[in-house]
Amino acid sequence: MSMNEPLRPSAPPPQVGPPPQVGREKQTCLSGTGVTKLFGFGRTKTLAVDHVDFNFHEGEVISIVGESGSGKTTLAKMLLGLISVTEGDIYFQGQKRDISSSRKKQEYWKNIQAIFQDPFSSYNIFSKIDDVLLDCIRMRGGQRLPKEEKVKLMTEACSFVNLKFAELTNKYPFELSGGQMQRLMIARIFLLKPKILIADEPTSMIDACSRATILDYLMKLRDEVGMTLIFITHDIGLAYYVSDTVFIMEKGKFVESGSADAVILTPQQPYTKRLLNDVPKIYEEWDLSTV
Amino acid sequence: MRHTFRQAFSSGKFVTGFVILMGLLLLVILYPLIFRAPPLQIIAQGTFFPPGIYVSAYDSINAPTTYTLNLDGAAAKRVAAKLKDEDRVAMKEWLVVAGVPEDQIDISDAQKLLTLWAENYDPAKQVKGMTLARQRYFQRVNNAIQGLLSTEGAIIAVRQPESGALQEAGAVKQTDYVNISEVPNVRILPLGTDNFGRDVFAQLVRAIGVSLLIGIVAGLIATGIGLVLGLLAGYVGGAVDDVINFITNIFLVIPSLVLLILISFSVGQESRGAFTVAVVIGVTSWVWTTRAVRAQVISLRNRDHVNLSKLSGHSLFRIIRGDILPYIMSYVFMALILQISAAILAEANLSILGLGPRTTDVPTLGLMMQWAMIYQAHILGKWWAYFPVLISITLITFSMNLMITGLDQVFNPQLRN
Ligand SMILES: Nc1ncnc2c1ncn2[C@@H]1O[C@H](COP(=O)(O)OP(=O)(O)OP(=O)(O)O)[C@@H](O)[C@H]1O
Ligand SMILES: [Mg+2]
Repeated sequence: MSMNEPLRPSAPPPQVGPPPQVGREKQTCLSGTGVTKLFGFGRTKTLAVDHVDFNFHEGEVISIVGESGSGKTTLAKMLLGLISVTEGDIYFQGQKRDISSSRKKQEYWKNIQAIFQDPFSSYNIFSKIDDVLLDCIRMRGGQRLPKEEKVKLMTEACSFVNLKFAELTNKYPFELSGGQMQRLMIARIFLLKPKILIADEPTSMIDACSRATILDYLMKLRDEVGMTLIFITHDIGLAYYVSDTVFIMEKGKFVESGSADAVILTPQQPYTKRLLNDVPKIYEEWDLSTV
Repeated sequence: MRHTFRQAFSSGKFVTGFVILMGLLLLVILYPLIFRAPPLQIIAQGTFFPPGIYVSAYDSINAPTTYTLNLDGAAAKRVAAKLKDEDRVAMKEWLVVAGVPEDQIDISDAQKLLTLWAENYDPAKQVKGMTLARQRYFQRVNNAIQGLLSTEGAIIAVRQPESGALQEAGAVKQTDYVNISEVPNVRILPLGTDNFGRDVFAQLVRAIGVSLLIGIVAGLIATGIGLVLGLLAGYVGGAVDDVINFITNIFLVIPSLVLLILISFSVGQESRGAFTVAVVIGVTSWVWTTRAVRAQVISLRNRDHVNLSKLSGHSLFRIIRGDILPYIMSYVFMALILQISAAILAEANLSILGLGPRTTDVPTLGLMMQWAMIYQAHILGKWWAYFPVLISITLITFSMNLMITGLDQVFNPQLRN
């Protein structure tokens, strides 16, 4: 840990206790100190996340970039409270996060939502697609709405991700393509409008054209409801395109972090440079043209 | 759920097993509706009557009409039925001595044997080296055969109540027949009677029903306990898991048969009805289901669809019911069938040891085996008292195992995906 300290000149210092009220847009919504996850015992021990510190602000778009196996998904699951934290603390809206009872967990999950990495395992294969979307309407307190109203909401949410609800209704998840499943997961977010969204490679199976539209819609949603977007990707170009702050993750550690411009235009770490070099040329040019 | 069933019925093996089981079930349900006699009633005076159709001799004689049928070989059949095997062998022996070539003598054909005998037997003939006693024996056989070949009928006499003298009331000719449907008292005993003189088939049908019921009750109890404990241990985890694991391990180290015997013994003969035995079997056999369900749930609980359900604010109960149970349902169903067939065998085991249900109310397959063994049906060669029981147990277990194999083939590729 002490090794990375000097290597993160632009990283915000970890927040402990109530966040400083600098300004509305700078309010901390999620932060952590020394967050660690250790899987297994003895010989099969894996240090998936290794003492990471972070400070995510409200309304910000944060990207966590790293190669496969660097611990991105594990960190996301800890942030979501789906797996336990081996060591360290996570703070939610300035308070130490308390999800010790199932009621508190349910309360926490009203604020934080996710798009999981693998759309194929994200669905219950025994329930219809409609149930997934109806759950979202229920969570927003709309279970009493008339049926037409619900269908309208679902149709609208689907249209944001280039899906036609009429074609999907009454189908089972396994009747959909991977990309369709992934888009439906994003449609959930348009219904839920959560405070924090953790999106783990949300567009990995979606064609480039739809991807741009969907990302634009997500950005709009961010502006509309002040959603904090935590974006997990191995694609540093995409991270640069969407995010305000970038965290570079290597073997469970944050090796570099800061504003997207600082990290990507002037990378300090060889790992970051390597990630940047791996970006296909054509993509890089497109990226630079959008600066 | 509907999908699961449709998948199950796409397997040939499952369907075969299912059809066999349904056939047995149909028999169990329909037979008592048609033949209403209580299955445990003692009807026979004597033990182990062989299977067959029993026609009242008295009613046959008094049948409203007698019919005359002239059938070829009727007399020979009558003779054949009376001619004992040892007599036939002796006849052959004599004929060979008398000079008939051995390959011309067929002792299974009574008619031919008798003709040969009539042609060759000479009571006066002295056979060298034959004792007098042996010669007398052949003379006796000859006399008996002569009696058999008589063509006279039998006289039916009634005793005069006053004088006690016999008076002819009718005669039965050898060519007289009665139509069995005109005889008021006919009892079919497809599997004869047992040592107590009870109809084995009626008993067997009831026993299959009771044993299946014991199996289902015990299977449901075992699967129910196993499922609930497995779900709790697997999904809730933590201290709950530790406690359940501890209990499971205790049950694991004690062989369940020993436990079963101890509990059955301590319950006592009097209060040991079929239902009690089923409960005892059920509460001693949930361990493997618990462990298997726990393992399955642990592999499911970290899947993203469960995570999504959590994020959607679903309660623990709702997640278990909606996101865990459907995934393990096919497995639980297989476990249930396995438990049922194991429970039927466990009942048979207990009963053979004399620890089954008390013997006064209902028969079970195990009790029938026990009775057959105590009264040595297997030593006496009374196959009908035990063999059909064995076949029934085998058929039930076989059909259930077939169902499980079928289900396994259908569901396991799905689990691997
Ligand atoms: N449940 C688990 N049990 C044991 N080890 C695990 C578990 N989940 C993840 N790991 C290990 O933790 C490390 C980080 O995994 P993680 O899924 O967080 O990587 P990732 O950055 O999301 O990779 P990818 O880009 O491929 O999704 C890996 O070495 C992985 O093997
Ligand atoms: Mg991942």
